[in-house]
Amino acid sequence: MLEENLVVHQLPSPIINPENQVFWQAAQKDRLVLKVCNSCKEVHYYPRAICPHCGSNDTVWINSEGVGEIYSFTVMRRGVEVPFAMAYVCLKEDISLLTHLYGCDFDAIYIGQKVQVVFQETQDGQKTHLFKLLV
Amino acid sequence: MSFSKNACIAGIYEHPLRVAPNHTVAQLHAEVAYGALQDAGLTLKDVDGYFCAGDAPGMGPVSMADYLGLKNLSYLDSTDTGGSSYLTHVNHAARAISTGQCRIALITLAGRPKSEGSSGTQVRSQYASAPDFAFEKPYSPAPLNTYAMCAMRHMYEFGTTSEQLAWIKVAASHHAQHNPNALLKDVLTVEDVLNSPMIADPLHRADCCVVTDSGGALIVVHPDIAKTLKKPVITMMGAGESTKGQMGGKVDLTYSALAWAAPRAFEEAKLTPDQIRYASIYDSFTITVLIQLEDLGFCKKGEGGRFVEDGQLIAGKGKLAFNTDGGGLCNNHPANRGGMTKVIEAVRQLRGEAHPAVQVPNLEFALASGIGGALGTRHGAAALIMGRL
Repeated sequence: MLEENLVVHQLPSPIINPENQVFWQAAQKDRLVLKVCNSCKEVHYYPRAICPHCGSNDTVWINSEGVGEIYSFTVMRRGVEVPFAMAYVCLKEDISLLTHLYGCDFDAIYIGQKVQVVFQETQDGQKTHLFKLLV
Repeated sequence: MSFSKNACIAGIYEHPLRVAPNHTVAQLHAEVAYGALQDAGLTLKDVDGYFCAGDAPGMGPVSMADYLGLKNLSYLDSTDTGGSSYLTHVNHAARAISTGQCRIALITLAGRPKSEGSSGTQVRSQYASAPDFAFEKPYSPAPLNTYAMCAMRHMYEFGTTSEQLAWIKVAASHHAQHNPNALLKDVLTVEDVLNSPMIADPLHRADCCVVTDSGGALIVVHPDIAKTLKKPVITMMGAGESTKGQMGGKVDLTYSALAWAAPRAFEEAKLTPDQIRYASIYDSFTITVLIQLEDLGFCKKGEGGRFVEDGQLIAGKGKLAFNTDGGGLCNNHPANRGGMTKVIEAVRQLRGEAHPAVQVPNLEFALASGIGGALGTRHGAAALIMGRL
């Protein structure tokens, strides 16, 4: 089961634009970055130029520790070429992001499980973030 | 601004086809438009307001208005909140009529996802320009997997079970057996649902709605016009709409935008959920219904599972009759957008035109609610309360 799930799923590539390119440049170096607002001090996701919590345009990039826990998940078993585990991971920085779980036994996933960020190349070579289970 | 009972739903039409490979989408829009006008006893020349959403071909309402031959329209609206758009359109039409901006509004929906091979497991590419999609594209967010995560979280927080979700499909199937046009007419058991293939944990194939072609239409009119027509007068009493997303990363999958929209609808209608005996509740998936029941106030948050079990949504048996046409789960989900058929069946119930086996007797009030887009990422929602006054 585990080996079968490790079949490399060539993920579609993200869409890079002037507002998010720092995020994807960091991913290329295996770093997860987030946006924090200098005005309200809140972290947000997905990253924007303008803070969705207070409207300030004084937002800056910070490094994420890349650790968190599974808020919810599903295993997409049918209707796709390669089954995958999708999740919302709630990071230590108190934001949740939509992602995939990397190379895990689908039947061992549970809500609240601790996870750590890893990076994987997508179809065009751009890396993106996934999370592996910390057992 | 309240519409103070200043608008009525005078015409409804649901296309009888479920597969329409030889129709164009524009043609289906036109067929349902004429169907609803005929039901109301009106003609195309009477229409002065036109409403459609993203399923309409061309730019907003412009191409379809031209195709239909609509002239001298005074009110247009192409608000698109996915499958809930048509509930939103009724709300907007009622308010436009209340303020004198139009008197006879036509709302159309049509599409051919069945003939075009659409599936709820696929990413919806029309959202490619959305700022969120830039980040989410690598993970293939599709209707099934994002709704599935809502179900998984609901189970975790509240102990909701797959058996409880299955009861929602079972109730819809009990109703669909009486609908000769329903795509799925077989009565299912909880076991049948649980034994259907797992698609995206914890949602089985039978937790999902059907994919169908065709469409539907509505006519909303000023009460002075409704009184001159043959059909029973169905009056708008209250409505609310909203959107909800990931809230800057403060994701909470346990409630929908209806938690904000529904209280406004009830307040405007001066009614409470315990006065509603029939509700059309958007059923893209079983979990969609369960979360809406809670957000509409039929039960407390987290108690939806217990509310629906043991056939409590089956007409004539349970405490709340829902989706007596068989809903999106069994009957029809035209253009992958189920809000239109929700309004249509609510009006049939209020008129006394539902199938006798599922008609709620002496119905005074009905509710229709919808979630459009993806409950697990970002969506629109709307609730309508109507009455036979």
